[in-house]
Amino acid sequence: MIAEQRIVTERLGIIDPQKIEDYIDHHGYEALRKVLTGMSPADVVDVIERSGLRGRGGAGFPTGIKWKYVSKTPGDQKYVICNADESEPGTFKDRLVLEGDPHTIVEAMIIAGYAVGASVGYIYIRGEYGLSQKRFSHAIRQARQNGYLGEHILKSDFNFEIHVHSGAGAYICGEETALIESIEGKRGEPRTRPPYPTTNGLWNMPTLVNNVETLANVTAIIRNGAEWYHAIGTPSSAGTKVFTIFGKVNSRGFFEVPMGISLRQAIDTFGKGMASGSTFKLAQTGGSSGSLVPPDLLDIPMDFDSFKAGVVMGSGALLICDQNTCVVDLARVLLNFFRVESCGKCNPCRIGNMRAQTILNGIAQGIGTMKDLENLEMIGRYLYEMSNCGLGQTAGSPLRDILTHFRPEVEAHIISKDCLAGVCAMSGQPALV
Amino acid sequence: MTVGTIASDKARQVAQEVCQQHGATRDELIPILSDINRQLGYLPAEALDEISTQLKIPKSQVLSAASFYSMLSTQPRGRHVIKFCESAPCHVQGGREVWLALQDQLQLKSGETSPDDRWTLETTSCLGQCADGPVILVDEDIYLNVTPDQLSGILAKYK
Repeated sequence: MIAEQRIVTERLGIIDPQKIEDYIDHHGYEALRKVLTGMSPADVVDVIERSGLRGRGGAGFPTGIKWKYVSKTPGDQKYVICNADESEPGTFKDRLVLEGDPHTIVEAMIIAGYAVGASVGYIYIRGEYGLSQKRFSHAIRQARQNGYLGEHILKSDFNFEIHVHSGAGAYICGEETALIESIEGKRGEPRTRPPYPTTNGLWNMPTLVNNVETLANVTAIIRNGAEWYHAIGTPSSAGTKVFTIFGKVNSRGFFEVPMGISLRQAIDTFGKGMASGSTFKLAQTGGSSGSLVPPDLLDIPMDFDSFKAGVVMGSGALLICDQNTCVVDLARVLLNFFRVESCGKCNPCRIGNMRAQTILNGIAQGIGTMKDLENLEMIGRYLYEMSNCGLGQTAGSPLRDILTHFRPEVEAHIISKDCLAGVCAMSGQPALV
Repeated sequence: MTVGTIASDKARQVAQEVCQQHGATRDELIPILSDINRQLGYLPAEALDEISTQLKIPKSQVLSAASFYSMLSTQPRGRHVIKFCESAPCHVQGGREVWLALQDQLQLKSGETSPDDRWTLETTSCLGQCADGPVILVDEDIYLNVTPDQLSGILAKYK
């Protein structure tokens, strides 16, 4: 039996998120005091680096190394950005933290600013998260009133200010350079990297961009030490991960466990098993850009390296599907998402996603050919190899996964005009356009 | 003037006020656009024109940002905007049936506005409420765990 271990979500439901006193009573702003009274910026970077913390936005880049890059880059003005543009389908962990414990992000952003030498922070919260924006803005005001934010924080020489920036509806703005473009008042189109934001970020200045969940680990690491954190989780991926689980399970919601849980354990323990009448067919892990996981991969321990075995942990979203899900139909929905959310800047992504969706629509209507499957494979490969940013590079994953794990089911749509799950229009039911 | 559009002098006036409130600088462009969209329901051409004057940036750049974000509209919309989440989590949890029923009840397809100007129907990507899907958003109100038979009750609340 796997037990929860809460670091990121430890105060959720326990404190009143609108009361700074509640936060302070639960170790709030202790880490900031420790940093400002006895640690140099280099000490802070060192602790984060030794903790083994990796970026929780999905890619898993070592956080300490990013902090070190920004701290070592000279610049008259540097910035810290908290990426709260959480838009990966199935992911709502960051919303829970912002709504339930906003001060932990305020505190972590100030610590990050001190560590890298930045005096200004931005948090980019997606436009659809109204309550998160409200709670976070309230937390900033309280922090300022209590001397944790503004000039001479805790009577030190360190000054830091945080601005809240609302998104306006665009998945691509979760990509760090698109997010920066958006703060600058432009279309959210990713820049060509390198140069990376660590040297050329917001207004071309050195910029640290971290996800909400990444930052939510920082205060606990400072309080309890790098060794404490590094001992949790798997060798490659230290710490805990917040997962969200839903679909055809008995219990839907979130849970936080040390890295390394398998899908089977997640379904049995936190999903309380498959729903009545449902048999596990596949899971979609890590959001739309993640992986489709067949039954024979149910026991792979999930962490930042498990993608090598075919299970992407990504943002931690676990969509559990049963026999009533058709893989062609699901791939159609996923590719539609990428088609809609592609910013349109580079051709492989703008055209590739549209072509792939058109082909899948044909297969779902019973007019597909075997040549279509070759074309889907080719489009998936081109998306991966030639797209400018992570959106296009991962958009072909569902194509690759259905053809690797569920090829007979896809071919049945073409050869015998048969949708085994009885979902696609050829079976007599209308399909989602 | 067709139904639902905003008079040009009002559009300019609101744009001017909002630009002054935020400060007429380039990095305020998206907050400015969002605010005007909230007040007027969409972004009339005259408002974009006024923003261009106030911020001293080309009209093309204002339109380029205004047309990029899904929460902004450059076209007039109905009195109420219904957004249906079409992402995979809602789809798997019964969203497909809700979507078919919704189109049927409103007699609209995605992107269309009803002739009486009451409804605009749109699809949206994930709204981050996936443990409670299917999800629909009517104006600012979110409805969770929606089933097809609840739709008529929800729609009746909006005149």
